[in-house]
Amino acid sequence: MRNGARQITVWIDGKEVTVPEGTSVLRASALAGVGVPKLCATDSLEPFGSCRLCLVEIEGKRGFPASCTTTVEPGMKVKTFSERLAGLRRGVMELYISDHPLDCLTCPADGDCELQDMAGDVGLREVRYGYAGKNHLQAEKEKSNPYFTFDPAKCIVCSRCVRACDEIQGTFALTVEGRGFDSLIQPGPTGEFLSSECVSCGACVQACPTSALMEKAVIDLGLPSESTDTTCAYCGVGCSFHAETKGTTVVRMTPNKESLSNHGHSCVKGRFAWSYASSRDRVTKPMIRKRIEDPWQEVSWTEAIEHVASEFLRIREKHGRNSIGAVSSSRCTNEEDYIVQKLVRAVFRNNNIDTCARVCHSPTGYGLRKAFGESAGTNPFDSVDQANLIFVVGANPTDGHPVFGSRMKQRLRAGAKLIVADPRRTDLVRTPHIEADIHLPLRPGTNVALLNAIAHAILEEKLENREYIEARCDLTAYAKWREMILRPENSPEAMGPVTGVPAEAIRAAARLYATTRPAAIYYGLGVTEHSQGSTGVICLANLAMLTGNVGLDGAGVNPLRGQNNVQGACDMGSFPHELAGYRHVSDETARRGFEQAWGIEIDPEPGYRITNMLSAATIGEFKGLYMHGEDLVQSDPDASHVIAGLRNMELVVLHDIFLNESSHYAHVFLPGCSFLEKDGTFTNAERRIQLVRQVMPPLCGKQEWEVVQEIAQAMGYPMHYHHASEIMDEVARLTPTFHGVSFEKLARLGSIQWPCNEKAPEGTPVMHRGEFVRGKGFFALTGYVPTREKVSERFPLLLTTGRILFHYNVGTQTRRTANTTWSKEDLLEIHPSDAEERGIRDGDKTELRSRKGSVVMRCLVSERVAPGTVYATFHFPENRTNVLTTENSDWATNCPEYKVTAVQVTRVFEPVRAEERENGKPAKRREIVPAAGE
Amino acid sequence: MIEDLVQMANQIGDFFDSYPSQEEAVAGIADHLKRFWTPSMREKLLAYAEEDGRELSQPVRSALARLQKPVAGA
Repeated sequence: MRNGARQITVWIDGKEVTVPEGTSVLRASALAGVGVPKLCATDSLEPFGSCRLCLVEIEGKRGFPASCTTTVEPGMKVKTFSERLAGLRRGVMELYISDHPLDCLTCPADGDCELQDMAGDVGLREVRYGYAGKNHLQAEKEKSNPYFTFDPAKCIVCSRCVRACDEIQGTFALTVEGRGFDSLIQPGPTGEFLSSECVSCGACVQACPTSALMEKAVIDLGLPSESTDTTCAYCGVGCSFHAETKGTTVVRMTPNKESLSNHGHSCVKGRFAWSYASSRDRVTKPMIRKRIEDPWQEVSWTEAIEHVASEFLRIREKHGRNSIGAVSSSRCTNEEDYIVQKLVRAVFRNNNIDTCARVCHSPTGYGLRKAFGESAGTNPFDSVDQANLIFVVGANPTDGHPVFGSRMKQRLRAGAKLIVADPRRTDLVRTPHIEADIHLPLRPGTNVALLNAIAHAILEEKLENREYIEARCDLTAYAKWREMILRPENSPEAMGPVTGVPAEAIRAAARLYATTRPAAIYYGLGVTEHSQGSTGVICLANLAMLTGNVGLDGAGVNPLRGQNNVQGACDMGSFPHELAGYRHVSDETARRGFEQAWGIEIDPEPGYRITNMLSAATIGEFKGLYMHGEDLVQSDPDASHVIAGLRNMELVVLHDIFLNESSHYAHVFLPGCSFLEKDGTFTNAERRIQLVRQVMPPLCGKQEWEVVQEIAQAMGYPMHYHHASEIMDEVARLTPTFHGVSFEKLARLGSIQWPCNEKAPEGTPVMHRGEFVRGKGFFALTGYVPTREKVSERFPLLLTTGRILFHYNVGTQTRRTANTTWSKEDLLEIHPSDAEERGIRDGDKTELRSRKGSVVMRCLVSERVAPGTVYATFHFPENRTNVLTTENSDWATNCPEYKVTAVQVTRVFEPVRAEERENGKPAKRREIVPAAGE
Repeated sequence: MIEDLVQMANQIGDFFDSYPSQEEAVAGIADHLKRFWTPSMREKLLAYAEEDGRELSQPVRSALARLQKPVAGA
């Protein structure tokens, strides 16, 4: 479908249809309800015109044009079937089938094969050429990829896979090698998918019309018989999938073409890495123990709930109501996060609720609210299609948010300009057919210095959008900010040496950003996870307002949220100072609404953040923690501080699907559900709320919100939800930005971007159009304050961290899938000069030592990092990167400064596992004693 | 714990350091402590400021002076 403004009317087999100019005859036929046989065409790829099946007759035109590559013209009369067309199509099919195995009954695509369908469609009854001629039937199957196979014998060389890799994924891993009969799909020079540049996104498998590219799960289990639409539980893109099942077994996950978050695309994690849900490591029975040194004892749900409730009541009675609290998770649904904060506020009777967004995007909430009045990104993903400049700051979307990364690459290949600010040369900086116009390889910890200098250059060179500022922004605040930014200490020349980026490059970036409209900012944890994380977010908001880039398509300030439901967890009141909908607990009107609905009084003072809970625990003031879907020991900084806090508590309840690293310090384990076992909603990075639907029954027998409800009931507080939808109904009643949200509407519309209420009954794709939520945009002052973490003679390198495509955060899920085929351990990237200085070679084991601790990691010598900077992933518990990270955190939100740690790197010969050094005997702490009678 | 609180408070003070007037900076620090810190954390810092307070920056001390001593939760 094209987006031409002009509408054109044509007749297809006598049926009138009106379509936008530029639409293909094939598409127009489909819209007229007329099917035309095809093999090389799909609605997700550009027309190719190679299979010659979609030939049609057009009145007044000679020959038989391919309908996929012929565009409509006014008054065109098209005939899609005639004796001659039928003969031509049969002839084409004869050629295809003469070199295709006739093993339909044993083929994994039997019943789901377009070639089979087309043979039937064109009425193929014989192959006059026979099957004895030269053919590809004995070609060897390529099985190196853990998730799918490539069978050249089944390949009809339609190039759909090659085009899907190029056009949709943008990796250009596949090619057609040879010509004519010798044409063969090749994934790189070795002929192996695994060793090629293939990122295993599944786009080629999705596009393949035969079983040439086929999921191994389908080969093993057969085609699925049922399908349930649900939302991926990995990153903040929130891809929608069809979970295809046989009974309660998931056979495959296929991306949903109708979804506005992923438009039918996927990445290796969402498409293939879901087998963790049925991992043998799943713990499905509740367990308790008196001391953390004891083995686990399986118990019934009743006993576990009663134990948890009575212990929380006992601690509250003994140590006061502020001695207990909870941490919720961005992996969980909105409904689960809402009910957990309700448990804390209405049953624990305090505001000691925090969420793992604390350690990733809490500065986003603070910064964007301060500037714009709402704690959320401004634009939908689709908006990137209109961006003429993309400014990526501290984000690596091709690894961290791969489906959106591909979308971004499509726009960049179509001509949008690109600025990347990142200490590391990420893939986006230079990837096939894309090269950043400007890469600003800043020193870790200097975002604010860089962004202030960009603003300085814009103002100094008079490139600001005065009309926009005067109409849309608070001019008093703007005048103060302008005066501060224009001070000499914020000039590119002054900040160049601080950031490590030449002044001229900073000025070039400023000019490009300010003069290319619309310009969109996308940022990630490379902005937020700093001691000035919130200031960095405010800097980005200021830049966008300065250039008039908020409130319009193709622009905005767009956080790329790390986890699937970071946005939602924050929306649901999971912070200790805010009720659902980002209303401060001191707001009497907001509080009264919840108090009336819940029948209790809410504390008007903020509660503890995660780090405050742990600090209070170490001095004996915080005694009981309910940890829902969270692994503080592995995820949070300064692991020794976390462990000290947990060890000092009388009750640590862990509600999770696995015994994670924090389980070593837990007294109760409550088994949770994977996303495949849940009903609920996730909200992605673009504020899009989407349904999560139960695909298989909970392995532990209960949905997580039911467990929370039972704890509340056992503590004497009435909760009587019967379904997750009733929890969302309550959220909608009590939260102005959610007034119009319901499961019924979500099912009907597919998704909703909040705010969704009387003013915007179907949601709000672009925020702040015409006016900011807070009224006038606010330029907060953003003085640069260097981090306390400094390099020294002992710790001369700066460590920054990130994740890779194949793993997700601390790897709890992906380490339990075949994604370990690509990555079995964390790696440390070090520049060749730093490596040489230390006698380190590629692949060596090295010890990283910081002021906080040391870990051992294998080295990858790489010029992706600048000299003086090293980069590590954090996916494997045995490496425990957070043993190294410091207690430094964002001044406003306490988001940890993961991205700046001074370290030394040395080569080691006999590595000792960090776990053994730090934890003593973890094996004992994982021992499980079955319930009596088992 | 008091060391952590002092560091956090001084960091907040550093952010407001770029404000043009001391008055605005002090008001900003006080507001931030009120909106994001628990009463017990504020109490601990107030007690420290009253007893010693030497590690606290001047704007933070001024901000603390503005905060009415809160009543800690039960």
